[in-house]
Amino acid sequence: MKMPGKIKRNYVINFIGLLILFAALLLVFENGVFGSRTNYFKGIATTACYTIIMVTSLNLLVGIMGEFSLGHAGFMSVGAYASAVVSNMLAEKGIPDFLLFVLVLLIGGIAAAITGVLVGIPTLKLRGDYLAIVTVAFAEIIRVAFTNFEITGGGRTMSGIAKLSDFYWVFWVMVICVTVMYMFIRSRFGRTVKAIREDYIAASASGVNVTFYKVMTFTVSAFFAGIAGAIYAHYMTAMIPTSFNFMYSAEFLTEVIIGGTGSMTGSIIGAAFLSALPEAMRAFSRYRMLGYSVVLVLIMIFRPGGIFGTWEFSLGRILDKITEKAKGKEA
Amino acid sequence: MLEVKDLYVNYGAVEAIKGISFTVKPGEIVTLIGANGAGKTTTLHTISGLTKAKSGSITYNGTDLLKTDPSKIITLGIAHVPEGRHVFPEMTVEENLEMGAYAGKDKGKITEILKSVYEKFPRLKERRRQLAGTLSGGEQQMLAVGRALMGNPSIILMDEPSMGLSPLLVKEVFAIIEEIHKAGITVLLNEQNAKMALSIADRAYVLETGKISISGDAEELLNDERVKKAYLGQ
Repeated sequence: MKMPGKIKRNYVINFIGLLILFAALLLVFENGVFGSRTNYFKGIATTACYTIIMVTSLNLLVGIMGEFSLGHAGFMSVGAYASAVVSNMLAEKGIPDFLLFVLVLLIGGIAAAITGVLVGIPTLKLRGDYLAIVTVAFAEIIRVAFTNFEITGGGRTMSGIAKLSDFYWVFWVMVICVTVMYMFIRSRFGRTVKAIREDYIAASASGVNVTFYKVMTFTVSAFFAGIAGAIYAHYMTAMIPTSFNFMYSAEFLTEVIIGGTGSMTGSIIGAAFLSALPEAMRAFSRYRMLGYSVVLVLIMIFRPGGIFGTWEFSLGRILDKITEKAKGKEA
Repeated sequence: MLEVKDLYVNYGAVEAIKGISFTVKPGEIVTLIGANGAGKTTTLHTISGLTKAKSGSITYNGTDLLKTDPSKIITLGIAHVPEGRHVFPEMTVEENLEMGAYAGKDKGKITEILKSVYEKFPRLKERRRQLAGTLSGGEQQMLAVGRALMGNPSIILMDEPSMGLSPLLVKEVFAIIEEIHKAGITVLLNEQNAKMALSIADRAYVLETGKISISGDAEELLNDERVKKAYLGQ
């Protein structure tokens, strides 16, 4: 049996680890280690943060619920546009930036969550391939709708969105989102969703309301995708509906699979790595998707569960091992 | 206790159940026997709410099950052991059992039931940290039964518990069913192995393409010429 005290301790240790990481990034950026390119690197780090939220939230569906969604960028665009519309309305009303940022994040999340419920209720009775097809269709509908709505710029670029996504804030938003999702997976709710993934007949025979749990998970996942969308909108400050296309959704799915379906660690590292990679290899950007595909094929052959499988990183556990070893040497 | 009346179930345009009626009284073992596709599994699925009925009624201690939410049916004391050992393969044995008590609210009581299930199935206790998918077929069947017992049921619906098991394990499974029955739980048993089923049951119904063709005391049916010819291979 795991002691709740130990779990608490691990949360504290991991939090301290995050603080150290944050302090290190702060030092690097503020002291201008990269010189004139500091802002460029900050930008990459911000991109990594919202990609991490996207990929972990998609992992809730793919890894925990066991259903493929090929339309996750659709939820992201709902979050992005909803938050942008609201922040444009509230701009220059004298609301402090931080408060406005939190508000638009929530608006983005809630708008995407509502869409999640609306899409989820009719479609989540489907399973597997059928659901995947419906999610593609949903993302396309959203894209076409946003290209035609006047309020979203009507196919033109929607620009002039306030630049609220400061990296230091985004970092902590990412931390909070990932922690909440992790706690969601570890909860009784998360276990029930896993049981549905394992065997939905047995789950419903045990008295689980399968559709309810699936719609709820879908909604939670959409909520976080909406938050990521809101960060995106207020980082890019200009956007066009066509950027949230099928390839963008497929990219997130690739990152989930490469990192390891069901592993938050895999999603985080996969997302961070793959959002930095295209920047590092600008010259080869045309071949990026080709590279993804090759990597994907190789991973499917050699590590079908993804690089990390279902393994989770824990600073607490590593510390335990180190102290154990140290004790072993003393003895 | 359980009363099925004039039940019709369709899968799309296909009629799976064409007007069956039967009863299960408290403390009985009742068995539904019949060939593949006769509608045995559909009947059980309809009782526990996994499949929707077209018409007819199913009442359980006065409650209309067709109007009850499927996720609430288990709280009435009806447990369902699905066909083909549906366990949660990537979860441990203990997590599987805990899922069986999903609808239960009283934690102390759940621990108590868990203990009694482990007493009944010492093998599950030995393997409680093991993933259910790594258990043998017989152990998985035990786990599925144990999980059903976790809901503290007064009636248990068992769907083909002997399917895919060796003759020795089939005997073991039937011994477990008798033991459960002795503990005061009513059993509704679907079985293709008619001989085994009839030997432990009180009463039996023979299903043939969605209709009940023969019914009566189990012993009577064991000696019925038609049953002998069609299901007992004599």
